[in-house]
Amino acid sequence: MATGYPTDDGALEAPAPERLVWMYTQMYRIREFEERVKSTFTAHPGVIRGHTHLADGAEGSIVGSIAALAPGDQILTSYRCHGYPIALGTDTKAMMAEIYGRSTGLCGGLGGSMHLFDPARGFLGGSGIVAQHLPHAAGAAWAAQIRGAGQAVVCFFGDGASKQGAFHESLNIASLWKLPVVYVMENNHYQASTRSDQEDANAAAGEPLAVKATAYSMVGITVDGTDPVAVHATVAAALARARAGEGPTLVESLVYRLSAHGNLIAPPGVPLHYPEHEAVAIFGNQAEYEAALRGDPVPRFRHRLVTDGVLDALDADALEATVREEIDEAERFALESPLPAPDSGLAYVYA
Amino acid sequence: MAHVIPYIAAIQEAIREEMERDERVLYFGQNMATSPDDPFLKQFGPARVRVTPISETAEIGMATGAAMAGFRPVVELYMAEFLLVAADQVVNEGSRFHFMSKGAVTVPMVLVAGYGFTYGWAGQHTGSIYGMFMGVPGLRVAMPSTPADAKGLMTTAIRDDNPVLFFHHYLLALTEGEVPDGEYAVPFGVADVKRSGSDVTVVATGNTVHSALAAAETLAERGVSAEVIDPRTIAPLDVDTILGSVARTGHLVVVDQATRHASAAAVIAAEVAQKGFSSLQAPISLVTALDSSIAYAEPVESFVLPDEHKIVAAVGETLGLAPLPG
Repeated sequence: MATGYPTDDGALEAPAPERLVWMYTQMYRIREFEERVKSTFTAHPGVIRGHTHLADGAEGSIVGSIAALAPGDQILTSYRCHGYPIALGTDTKAMMAEIYGRSTGLCGGLGGSMHLFDPARGFLGGSGIVAQHLPHAAGAAWAAQIRGAGQAVVCFFGDGASKQGAFHESLNIASLWKLPVVYVMENNHYQASTRSDQEDANAAAGEPLAVKATAYSMVGITVDGTDPVAVHATVAAALARARAGEGPTLVESLVYRLSAHGNLIAPPGVPLHYPEHEAVAIFGNQAEYEAALRGDPVPRFRHRLVTDGVLDALDADALEATVREEIDEAERFALESPLPAPDSGLAYVYA
Repeated sequence: MAHVIPYIAAIQEAIREEMERDERVLYFGQNMATSPDDPFLKQFGPARVRVTPISETAEIGMATGAAMAGFRPVVELYMAEFLLVAADQVVNEGSRFHFMSKGAVTVPMVLVAGYGFTYGWAGQHTGSIYGMFMGVPGLRVAMPSTPADAKGLMTTAIRDDNPVLFFHHYLLALTEGEVPDGEYAVPFGVADVKRSGSDVTVVATGNTVHSALAAAETLAERGVSAEVIDPRTIAPLDVDTILGSVARTGHLVVVDQATRHASAAAVIAAEVAQKGFSSLQAPISLVTALDSSIAYAEPVESFVLPDEHKIVAAVGETLGLAPLPG
């Protein structure tokens, strides 16, 4: 599935037309999947428990990054983790069933939305604690370095994670040991409910967050995360450096999260739903949010492919219809699946 | 065949033999392998043996990641308190992943840390903090009291497919003892009866095993037969061996270097109170550290810690004997 490898002369190949269509398809699958997760809160109240985080707005960044992987590469993610396994090929039925807490779920209903794992496809998991998976990625990259088979690791996290000690410790040691890891920071400009300039010294100073890489003598680069082709080129180049033993890269991928941080956090008895985005709900900035909606990367990429003649509009309609059928089936499968046996978890406490 | 080596060397021997046996075993941490003459570095090379920055979160987190990626890392943390710097990585990451993934990933790693360095190390480097980990699902907790157990438990720790906290006691580091040659594994969850007796069961861990054995010797001179049991791992905890002993003796004293409410002793007492109540002829007695931080000055340090004399006194009280001068 890999594209974007350096050619012999070191230049990056641009994705072929069919690869661009693949990228759009994955972006649309992620969007449809997450829209279905969101609508479940109203269509089937109580089916989704706890806290669920959507990545709408980041699909281009997710798919552009995943498209740059080679077989044997591994990824680790934050709790905002639905998109990556979808692009890696994890069954959306098993994913929806996991989010619905069913025995047929990817993790048998033991993990839930924040804790998806699919190691067979290279997805080593999503940690629910901000930034704590960054050292896991460094460790997996150390393993790849020891194996010496040219494999690399990509670690996805939000801008909020860059305020955690785990971020700084991991970047330091990854650079020191020249580990084959790419740290992709999806900067959506908001932590749970604060703007970046309220808690990030670089943001407050008007600097890109990628400057943090400078402190660890590693490459830091900022890319338009709404453009999957640009993200692909950036991450592919970073992976090429990683595979060549030149160490890690910090990629700051600029996106705008189109949904609130997560669904409402509420005690039992209060129906859960997705509140308005923090830009509106907390900061009253309707204009900013509406501008972000107008820039929605999913229809934008479709428009670009159609305009460039890469994808026929009717073909786009057809592939979207196929995706909607897939997600319909995922929802139906999840709803019809049984809940896990109450004692099923006891079998998995210890290996 | 056996050989006599110090406790700390027995730990190193197990790590070395497992690294020879299994090339997936990695060994890294602060202040180690800094010189090309380091024996581990010389034998196994810089890919598998590395010095790290002072970054416990990264060290333990990297062990977690490397373990998920198929290796079996051993992290040298030096002091138990340093685990607290990276508490999330110890109790809320790798220990959960096998469960949350329904078994799709495993995290076979060993975190090696010394504890209980009550030798003037004062308030922040002397804690007996193992108790806070024994109830974390997914973690195993080993705490050897002899060189042989140190080797055998480390071998098992490295081979275990779960995260293991291996707590060695700093005051035992240079104590020598017989250690079996070659491959030697002590199973987890199997207590060892360090001394047989019939009047009272004394359960102790780590360095307090030796205090309990000294107390048992003193008690024997006074006609009291004490059985001394070392659980060796507190997660899993071998409750059955303790219950079997209490069924014979009818009396239980539990010794622990931790403060009472943070001790493994409190958990052991609860297990016996629930499952062995009908065997008990007297209340269970706990001999633990007093509720205080550890002081720098020696008399204040000694005052709060359990010792042989306090164990003798507790046994006397439990058996309803006239007060026995320590």
